[in-house]
Amino acid sequence: MSSLIDLSMELPGLHLKNPIIPASGCFGFGREFAQLYDLSRLGGIAIKSATPQPRFGNELPRVAECEGGMLNAIGLQNPGVDVIIAKELPWLAQFDTEIIANVAGACEEDYVEVIRKLNDQPVIKAYELNISCPNVKHGGIGLGTQAELAAKVTRMCKAAATKPVWVKLSPNVTDIVAIAQAVEAAGADGLVMINTLMGMRMDLKSAKPLLANVTGGLSGPAIKPVGLRMVYQTAQKVHIPIIGVGGITCGEDVLEYLYAGASAVEVGMYNFVDPFCCIRIIDELREALKTYGLSSVKEAVGRSWNNE
Amino acid sequence: MKSELCEIISNEQIAQATYRMVVHTSYAAKMQAGQFVNIAVQGFTLRRPISICAVEADRFTIIYKVVGKGTKALSKCEAGNTLDVFGPLGNGYPIEQKDAVLIVGGGVGVPPLYELAKRYRAQGSRVDVVLGFNDRVSVFYEQEFQDLGCHVVVATMDGSYGVQGTVLDAIAQAHITSDFVCACGPLPMLKALEQRYTEGYFSLEARMACGMGACMACVAHDRHEADMYHRICKEGPVFAIGKVVLV
Repeated sequence: MSSLIDLSMELPGLHLKNPIIPASGCFGFGREFAQLYDLSRLGGIAIKSATPQPRFGNELPRVAECEGGMLNAIGLQNPGVDVIIAKELPWLAQFDTEIIANVAGACEEDYVEVIRKLNDQPVIKAYELNISCPNVKHGGIGLGTQAELAAKVTRMCKAAATKPVWVKLSPNVTDIVAIAQAVEAAGADGLVMINTLMGMRMDLKSAKPLLANVTGGLSGPAIKPVGLRMVYQTAQKVHIPIIGVGGITCGEDVLEYLYAGASAVEVGMYNFVDPFCCIRIIDELREALKTYGLSSVKEAVGRSWNNE
Repeated sequence: MKSELCEIISNEQIAQATYRMVVHTSYAAKMQAGQFVNIAVQGFTLRRPISICAVEADRFTIIYKVVGKGTKALSKCEAGNTLDVFGPLGNGYPIEQKDAVLIVGGGVGVPPLYELAKRYRAQGSRVDVVLGFNDRVSVFYEQEFQDLGCHVVVATMDGSYGVQGTVLDAIAQAHITSDFVCACGPLPMLKALEQRYTEGYFSLEARMACGMGACMACVAHDRHEADMYHRICKEGPVFAIGKVVLV
């Protein structure tokens, strides 16, 4: 009686019919995947990062495989917020799914500029701040690596935004809980965690770093235990919901994230391995909940530490 | 663009570190010369983008070089095994009305040109084929192109077979005068061809992830518009000569 399993979840800005959301950067604006399946089956979509101006991104190679995952250093390539509003959002409006705008920039003002432009776009239901990108005004470090910088950009975005603001946290920090708490205190409506782990690979022939950008972000099954640990630790210390991300490939992975304290999940690089994975994962999650005696996603959230 | 579990019909070595695999498929009719498939190799995370070499009614052929652990594992697959194939992907070579076509392949860039030569021969075009390899043991498909009725010239860098030197040396020596060229091969070869030819198509190679245009891992700058870019997997891998910056 799998139809009795309730996959829905109510979150700030997001009425999810199921908790499966393709992660930003791994799904473009959905056009390619729309040739494979109906995007309305997804809980939501976190679309490709938007910056104020078009960005080409890094030189090639931008990706490298590694065991249990991959490295990427795309460099936030996107056509800029104006083109996204003109060309992508009207197309996305046809789907019955919750669209999350991933917002990025080289300085705090960039985030605010993108948000101001997206505020009157009804297709966008919530913002997700990518605070892992290097910040030009602070010596190139990511805003997400220091609690006060993360809080500052959150505060500025909250002041500008007319929709809920989620903050996507970088795992490349000493204490992610402290940053999560600072972002919560600054008014964030929710957390998305984790972004990629910084790594690198070498080219055996040239003896140089394989990626043109030298370093890249590690994603894939290899980082799932890190994501679970960080969600588990953070969920017990904040009062805002968490969307879990990192290494999800199947319904059971989603259940682990729910148990850790996530209320929904994003699926990233596995879309490259199995382009149909998000649809499969929705079905598998229903089965996994049933297998472990649960009748809803809500029941599973935080079950590893919440004994009430 | 479909995902299919295909049965391997054969997988054999045809030259140094070079293998040919024939795979059963239900969508051969949709495959164009120059398109590629993204193949999942058991035990490896990302799929391997490999160009389509030949298409028949219910099967297609790929030729790949063992360059790392993933292609090594692919070379161990046996007839009867299944292969997880996603494709066909990208845009292939347009087939134009030409009396004469020059086809130039370098190393593992040669395979997609076989299906292309087949299609040009089918419409009656004269096809000159110039194939460049490092050495004699790396040479493959000279006979297969000849069997299509192509005029074939082989060049090897060390001179151990055919003309000594590059494909351009071979073109000069064979007095091939066609001004329409279709090529696939290493970047230095394409750059050299670009100096001499303005009409035709190049197929580019890149490290990819999704293979379908979503991830932005493989992009090339437009040669004329500064802010314009093209996804090698989606708008390519075949581009008109002069369309994108070769880097």
